[in-house]
Amino acid sequence: MLMEILVSLLILVGGAFALLGSVGLARLPDFFMRLHGPTKATTLGVGSVVLAALVHGGLGEEGGGLRELAITLFLFITAPVTAHLLSKAALAERRRQERTQKQS
Amino acid sequence: MSGFYRVLPQPVMSLLILGLWLILAPAPTLGQVLIGLILAIALPWATRGFWPDRPRLTNIGAALRLLAVFLADVIMANLVVARQILGPVGRLRPAFLEVPLDLRDPFVATLLGSIVSLTPGTVSAEIDRERWVLQVHVLHLEDSAEAVALIKARYEAPLRKVFRC
Repeated sequence: MLMEILVSLLILVGGAFALLGSVGLARLPDFFMRLHGPTKATTLGVGSVVLAALVHGGLGEEGGGLRELAITLFLFITAPVTAHLLSKAALAERRRQERTQKQS
Repeated sequence: MSGFYRVLPQPVMSLLILGLWLILAPAPTLGQVLIGLILAIALPWATRGFWPDRPRLTNIGAALRLLAVFLADVIMANLVVARQILGPVGRLRPAFLEVPLDLRDPFVATLLGSIVSLTPGTVSAEIDRERWVLQVHVLHLEDSAEAVALIKARYEAPLRKVFRC
């Protein structure tokens, strides 16, 4: 019973943060600001859901929760790399626009 | 010793790959171990050109301390960003910030960039390896000198201690 409440809470928290990330994407006014929402909120959002799976399955599950740990690890590596590449592309695009504006 | 590094240019990465493969495999059968071993040797070998040198993890204690600070900050970051997203968006003052780096290792600089992206209010936009400057986008900037000092003291200094660079 206690476990079920804990699992439900973790899923709710995870879902709330994932939603917040998307809300940020919609509400924030410019590209670089929009980057903040999904980059951060998804890590804790998915992190909570994975934690819920860990609590639910327990250590008796095949793989002993290591798979959930691997998911978290991949997420923490890929989220900042994605954000970094997106902002790099946006910066390059902005510089290109500034150059063409100067020329015209 | 040099022969060892020719076969396994990244021993730690090889171990990680093998470990991850066995975790993700449905069952750790002999075949899976073999595939894992092949990947653990082939992947670091195929990507060795992208790893100019081997930064060595020298200070495990400092690494664990940094990890603890980092995980706490990730949770903080989410709460802070959540409040900013739900609050009055118009009042946010976004800005770019240049953080002059003391470290001179491309791998550690990337690591710092990733940490900065996942911690409160900041996303790293570009790592300038000619001037050794980390360009950071801040969602809401109040004091740029303070923000730079915070990043340097909280993440860069410990990272330099961990990798001794």
